[in-house]
Amino acid sequence: MYKGQSGMWSWLLHRVSGLGILLFLLVHIVDISLLNFGPNVYNEGIALFGTVIVRIVSLGLIAGVLYHAFNGVRIMLIDFWPKGARYQRSMFAIVMIVTILCFLPMAYYVIGPIFGLPTGNTASGM
Amino acid sequence: MRVSTGYGPRPAGGGFETFSWYFFRISGIGLIFLAIIHLILNHVTTDVACTSYQLISIRYENPFWRLYDWLLLTLALLHGMNGLRVVIDDYVRTRGWRLALQSTVGLLTLAFFLLGTITLIIFHGANVGPHCILNH
Repeated sequence: MYKGQSGMWSWLLHRVSGLGILLFLLVHIVDISLLNFGPNVYNEGIALFGTVIVRIVSLGLIAGVLYHAFNGVRIMLIDFWPKGARYQRSMFAIVMIVTILCFLPMAYYVIGPIFGLPTGNTASGM
Repeated sequence: MRVSTGYGPRPAGGGFETFSWYFFRISGIGLIFLAIIHLILNHVTTDVACTSYQLISIRYENPFWRLYDWLLLTLALLHGMNGLRVVIDDYVRTRGWRLALQSTVGLLTLAFFLLGTITLIIFHGANVGPHCILNH
């Protein structure tokens, strides 16, 4: 386990994001299983995913997945690259920056439809 | 815990914990691509409200997507549940609770794996219903 400052937070965030993703995954497996009950039942579930509150919550999921993935790469570099431990702090900064950079455009696509912003992927053809 | 030469410390005993350590990292590499592409396909290239029964039916006509999603399901579930096992291992010390919680983790893993796998195998969709679901 990492002791200290950014190392401890990066570990804690990795754990928290992992548990959050897992919790979502369990719900997600159930909602996809609704496919077996036909289009009406399944589409009701999808309608829920399109609501404002769920869109905002899914931003948390996206941020969590991105952070967990990129920090996971950092962890592997620390484990398998001899110089990894030396650069762990700067790698953490890179992880945070890349997470935010990837998150922002994805967030636009998720939140955009609420405000009618052009995303090119919705029913109205916007 | 012995330290391997030149690299970070890792459980070197060769037992289940060693396997688990490598499994996190190997499944993690696969999951990076599987999960992020999955997010892009279902939130970016298509709005989530348009991931309807109709869209999924069309997508799942191609067995590649069933296989892709099954791989994502299996790796994510095992990776995540193994993580939960580690977290419980870290914080729960009394024997009774350890037995109860860890066996629950195992059972949940099996149950959710079966639910997802069965859905991916038997689902036979139809090109019916709206392409996008508008909110009520």
